[in-house]
Amino acid sequence: MKDESRRGFIGKAFGAVAAVGGVASLLAMKKTWDPLPSVMSAGFTTVDVSALEANKLDIVVWRGKPIFILKYTDDMKPTDGRSVKVGDHYYSVMIGLCTHLGCIPAYRADQKDFKCACHGGEFTSAGINKFGPPPRPLDLPPFKIDGTTLVLGEEGPEYKAMMAKAGGA
Amino acid sequence: MAEFKPAGSMYEWFDQRLGIDKFLKVMMTEYWIPKNINFLWAMGVLLTVMFTILLISGIFLLMYYKPDMNMAFDSVNYTIMQEVGYGWLFRHIHAVGASVVFLIIYIHMFTGIYYGSYKKGRELIWISGMLLFVLFSAEGFSGYMLPWGQMSYWAAYVITEIFGGIPVIGGDLVVWIRGNFYVSDSTLTRFFMLHVLLIPLAILGAIVVHFYALRFPHVNNEEGEFFDFDKEADKYLAGDKKGSKVVPFWPVFLSKDFFVLGFFLLFFFYLVFFHYDFAMDPVNFDKADNLKTPAHIYPEWYFLWSYEVLRGFFFDIAGISGKSLGLMAFAFANAIFLVLPWLDRSPMVKPANQRPYFKYWFWFLMVDLMVLTVYGKLPPTGANAWVGFASSITFLTLFIALPFITKAEAKKVGGK
Amino acid sequence: MKELKILAVIATLVGITYYGIEPYAHHVMHPEVKEADFVFADLKNVDTKLAGNVENGKTLVEANCLACHAIEKAGHPAMMPNADAAASYGVVPPDLSHAGRIYDKNYLANFIFDPVSAMHLSHKYPVGGAKTFPMPSYNWMTGQEIMDVVAYLQSIAPKVADNAEGHKVTFESACGRCHSMKYGQLEATTSVDTIKTYMGATPPDLSQYIKSRGEHYLHGFINDPQVLLAGTSMPRVGLNEKAQEEVIAYMEETGDRKKAEREETGLYVMMYTFVFAMLAYLWKRKIWSEVH
Repeated sequence: MKDESRRGFIGKAFGAVAAVGGVASLLAMKKTWDPLPSVMSAGFTTVDVSALEANKLDIVVWRGKPIFILKYTDDMKPTDGRSVKVGDHYYSVMIGLCTHLGCIPAYRADQKDFKCACHGGEFTSAGINKFGPPPRPLDLPPFKIDGTTLVLGEEGPEYKAMMAKAGGA
Repeated sequence: MAEFKPAGSMYEWFDQRLGIDKFLKVMMTEYWIPKNINFLWAMGVLLTVMFTILLISGIFLLMYYKPDMNMAFDSVNYTIMQEVGYGWLFRHIHAVGASVVFLIIYIHMFTGIYYGSYKKGRELIWISGMLLFVLFSAEGFSGYMLPWGQMSYWAAYVITEIFGGIPVIGGDLVVWIRGNFYVSDSTLTRFFMLHVLLIPLAILGAIVVHFYALRFPHVNNEEGEFFDFDKEADKYLAGDKKGSKVVPFWPVFLSKDFFVLGFFLLFFFYLVFFHYDFAMDPVNFDKADNLKTPAHIYPEWYFLWSYEVLRGFFFDIAGISGKSLGLMAFAFANAIFLVLPWLDRSPMVKPANQRPYFKYWFWFLMVDLMVLTVYGKLPPTGANAWVGFASSITFLTLFIALPFITKAEAKKVGGK
Repeated sequence: MKELKILAVIATLVGITYYGIEPYAHHVMHPEVKEADFVFADLKNVDTKLAGNVENGKTLVEANCLACHAIEKAGHPAMMPNADAAASYGVVPPDLSHAGRIYDKNYLANFIFDPVSAMHLSHKYPVGGAKTFPMPSYNWMTGQEIMDVVAYLQSIAPKVADNAEGHKVTFESACGRCHSMKYGQLEATTSVDTIKTYMGATPPDLSQYIKSRGEHYLHGFINDPQVLLAGTSMPRVGLNEKAQEEVIAYMEETGDRKKAEREETGLYVMMYTFVFAMLAYLWKRKIWSEVH
């Protein structure tokens, strides 16, 4: 291996060109691992929220995760930075996975809150943790408001505003 | 370890534990190859590279392929070919590579026959090589079924049907191989297993044996000359590089192989991107249909010669059915190369053109194999069937005659 | 030089074998077919030199065609859902919106005069036979009247863009009533069971036909199926050259959508490999200069 001839200019150039080919092949292989275009385009879920019933939890699936959509009754107060106004009504739009260990909490309509059966965590209707082990409120999915429909997966101005507020707090 | 000294560098640390220096010497810088060789000696390295390319492209196809008769076709032709990033590239490389690897195998194999590199101590190189040929054939055949197109299906059907000709157990054997009465989902899934696991493992093992079998008898050279490798190696190490008859595997031998490889890859990639129909038959882009046989079915080109030997016997002779005769001839054709070292009774290790009788035999065989290959593809009707019959008989005759031809040659050259 | 001689021998042997198993064998198995005929010269029932009157054509179409055919683009929606239409006629009658654009003028005029002979389906619908083609012959119309109808259909046909979207519209109008295109998420408008009864066999899904048949064969086959597949129940559909090219373009866009990427990548890989090979050669010369 310590042969001097190998270190000549030609040898180095050949080695470099071979290495470029190797890296290019790796890039092609990386692309092969990418999620398919059909998977990526399925990453958006559109929900019409106008027809929902107030105080009744609606669950839609977005990227394999349950998304809680809760329409507020008139006496439920919107929580700043968490409640979303679509049309004339306020809604909670949250990823329905407990921030403790990822179970799916259940909605208790009579108490207007969420309870997680796994370790007893509780959240308000706006998804704020109020009891038990969950370390933070339920996460919010990126969304965009388009008339009376919500497009999950796209970042609209309302979502960005909420995120800016959460980041500043 | 008798004595242990603390390592002065990382290299030394590893060297103490793995013997890197020694290993590289044995495998690379002091593994001696004759200097008197031509580019045909690069085919082994080309095959190693091709096998690696097939392995890697296969791994990426495996990520999206579905071995299920309802999903296989679309997983290949839609998901892999049209959705996955560069999926089409891996499929093209894999399909064309599988075809081209046989071209190199044949060149490698006939180089061995031409230069007599299968005898006088090199028998096991030859036998392990032929074993690899059989394994690659099985790998190619099982892989061809996976896209589940019309050619996949009917090639699988016809080839598995061949086993039905074996006396007594034939019928049951076919069902056993297929896992069903016809080629079906169970056949696809078990051939998938063979293609991606069992046969590749066997190939890896056989490659190791093949390489190892080279170490003691050493690589042959262009003149079939026998010389003392140790003495020539000492000469080289002493600095007489020009006078020595050997060169080290690295960098000298490999530099030549890389040069051959470069131009081979140019040819290979041209086929992959611009001329792939020969390896990806258009008929195979019709999904498998067990109720409709395509108008023309034929195996991949590398099986054509033995396929033609199989169907060359299209009539009964002496009360034995044409089918049985074909099957016997087919079995003979596939096994006979294995015993070539013992069919060649001449002790001469020389290129064929320097052997008085063998050279005729060699070129006769080449022409016959080409005729068999071409007529294996043409529809077996009219005169074609008779050409097939004649060339099949010629093939058998050539091998039956080989011991006598070489015996006569040995006598003529007088034990040289 | 010796090495070049060896290379030449191998190239010759491989070349001869290749010629035998590819071009030659395929030539034997698939004899050459005649070029596509976009004039439909065999159809002579109607004098297509007559200039058509669009206004009169409109009246004739409204009186004679709308009972079965929809013309969405001219404000005549389908009379019934596809499934019902297929059940009544055997196959969904075509919407005529694009007829004036995709069909050859001569073919269209002669089709109206006598559909079965225009489609080359006399073997399937012999005169006086048990099966009759759902559309009657309009051979009682004068040549002038037929040309009026043709002129009207040509006048209402919308233009489509020369891109994948446009090609898709043409494909749907020309082929979509019988053929599905799974890889383009297109399902035949006539349901599989109905069309099977009507045609006698299920028309194949065309997703991979661009690969399995190839552009050349498709051009010949669509132009006149009987020539390449005698006895097939696929009719001669009478597409003009442009529409046929659009149909085939769409088949390529759904069946071989990585073609452009393949050809571009191929060029780069070839250029790279050339550099690799040249450097490998120079390096080999340098190394071997020490041992020779």
